[in-house]
Amino acid sequence: MGVEIKVDDLSKSFGKQLIWGDVTLTVPAGEICVMLGPSGTGKSVFLKTLIGLLKPDKGSIIIEGTDIATCSEKDLYEIRKLFGVLFQDGAMFGSMNLYDNVAFPLREHTKKSESEVRDIVMEKMDLVGLVGAEDKLPGEISGGMRKRAGLARALVLDPEIVLFDEPDSGLDPVRTAFLNQLIVDLNAQIDATFLIVTHDINTARTVPDNIGLLYHRHLAMFGPREMLLSSEEPVVRQFLNAQRVGPIGMSEEKDADELAAEEGQELPPLPPIPMQLEPSNGIARRSQREPGSWCRENGITPPPGSFEENMSMVTGS
Amino acid sequence: MASITATRFLAPVGTAGKLFAFALDVGRALFRRPFQLREFLQQAWFIASVTIIPTALVAIPFGAVIALQVGGLIRQFGAQSFTGSASVLAVIQQAGPIATALLIAGAGGSAIAADLGARRIREELDAMMVLGIDPIQRLVVPRVLACMLVAFFLNGMVSVVGVSGGYVFNVILQDGTPGAYIASFTALAQLPDLWIGLLKALIFGMIAAVVAAYKGMNAAGGPKGVGDAVNESVVITFLLLFVVNFVLSALYLQIVPPKTG
Repeated sequence: MGVEIKVDDLSKSFGKQLIWGDVTLTVPAGEICVMLGPSGTGKSVFLKTLIGLLKPDKGSIIIEGTDIATCSEKDLYEIRKLFGVLFQDGAMFGSMNLYDNVAFPLREHTKKSESEVRDIVMEKMDLVGLVGAEDKLPGEISGGMRKRAGLARALVLDPEIVLFDEPDSGLDPVRTAFLNQLIVDLNAQIDATFLIVTHDINTARTVPDNIGLLYHRHLAMFGPREMLLSSEEPVVRQFLNAQRVGPIGMSEEKDADELAAEEGQELPPLPPIPMQLEPSNGIARRSQREPGSWCRENGITPPPGSFEENMSMVTGS
Repeated sequence: MASITATRFLAPVGTAGKLFAFALDVGRALFRRPFQLREFLQQAWFIASVTIIPTALVAIPFGAVIALQVGGLIRQFGAQSFTGSASVLAVIQQAGPIATALLIAGAGGSAIAADLGARRIREELDAMMVLGIDPIQRLVVPRVLACMLVAFFLNGMVSVVGVSGGYVFNVILQDGTPGAYIASFTALAQLPDLWIGLLKALIFGMIAAVVAAYKGMNAAGGPKGVGDAVNESVVITFLLLFVVNFVLSALYLQIVPPKTG
C-alpha cells in the first residue's frame, strides 16, 4: 500500500563540512517523488540516511512510527525489510549469478520452497526484461543490465518503499525512457512509495508526482511537480530548465561578480510543462492527478503550451 | 590549536577503540542464528588451501634454524642431550603459533580484507544491510571462525614439520644422536606447552581475521582504498601479534612453572 516517510529537521555533516541541514519534508505514501540537485549536493547521502546506512547529526526520519535516526540496530534491520533499494551500479553480489542474486533476499528472509523462489524470481526477471540472463555473473553483463537486475532484486520482497539512486546514470536515452515507463508501471502495480534520486531533468519533469531540490546545503523546495515546474524561484527555475543563467555555477554557487554580471540579463521564458508519464495500460495510478490541477487550484497560469500531447521534451536554451 | 593537537594524538586511540568495538560486535554476532555453515566451510577450505603449502615450507627452515642455533650453543655447554627438548619448546611454544599467524595474516587475512574491501566500495555491503542482513553475522563471523580453525590445525602441522626438520638437521648435519633427541623431548617440555601453543594459534587466527575484516569493511576511497586496507590490515595484524604473543608468553611463564630437567 505504500508507507509515508516523514523527515523532520534533518542535518548531516562529515567532519566540519555540512552536507545539508534543516531538511524537512514528507514523502507521501504511494506517490512517486524525485530528489534533484546539482552534482555533489549530497543526494546519495540523503538516500543512505533514509535507510539508516548513515546516521544524521540531528533530526528524525519517521517510518511507520519508528525513528530511523535513533532506533536500535535490531529495529533498523526489521524496518529495512520494507525497503527496496536500487543502488547506483546495481550493487549485485559479484560472487553469485543473477538468479542467485535476485533469489538472495527470498532465501534469507522467507521459508519459501525452491520452486516458489523460482516462480517469484522469474516473474521479477521478466518484469525487468532479463529472462535468459539468469546464469550470468554480474561482471559479465553491461551496466544497464546490472541496474535492471538490481531493480529485480529490490522488488523481490514486495517492498513498501522503493528508493532509486540515479536509475538513469550511464543508461542511453532509450533505456532511460523504458526504465522511466517501468517505474511508473510498477508504481501503478504495487502502489509502493517511490523516491528517485537523479539529476536527469527529463526524468524529473515527466515521471514524479512531487519534486524536491537540494541545493547549497539545504532543501531549496519540495512540492508537487507542477509547482516546481512553474516556479519562478531562480535556483529551481535554473536547474529544472538546464540554464546557465542563475545562481548555480560550475562549482557550487556563483560568486558575487558573476551574479552581478548576469544582472538584468533576460531570463529565457519557462518552457511548457510536459504531460506526466502514464502507466502503459492507460489506467491511472492511485496518486495521479489531473494535468494542470495544481496550477488551477493555486491560480497559477502554466507556461503557454503546457499539458499538450506530443509536445517537445526539449528543455534549456 | 590545542584541540587540533588533541585530535591528532587521540586519533589512534579512537581507531583502537573502533577495532575493539568491532571485535565485540563480532563476538555478539557469533551466537546469533542461523549460523552460516556453508560460508564457513567455503572460507575454511579457501584459507587452508592458500596457507598449507607456504606454512609447511616456512616450518622446515624454522625448525632447522632453531636446531642449528640452539644445537651449536648447547654443545658449548656440553648439554647435547637436551637439544631435542629445546627445539620442541621453541617450536611448539613460539615458532609454531607465530609462523601460523604470519601466514594466516599474510595469505588469509589479506584475501579477507581485499574481498570485503571490494564488496564495500561496490556497495555490496550496503545492499546487504538494506536487504536486512547483517554483514557481520553473514560474512565476518564465518571468516573469523574459519581463520581460527585453520590456524589451530596449521599450528599442529607447523609443530610436527618443525620438530621433524629440527630432527633431520640435528641428527644428519650436527651428528646428534637420534635417540637422545627424541628421548629428551619430555625432559624440559610438558603438556601445557602444547596447550598454550594451540591457544595462541586460536587467538592469533582470531586477531588476523578480525583486523582484516575491520579494515576491509571500512575501506574508503575507491580501488586505492582497498589496496590501503589490505596493506594496513597485514601491518596492524603483525604488530598486534607480536605484542599479544609477548603478553601471552609472559603470563604463561608466570602461571605454569617451567619443568626442570
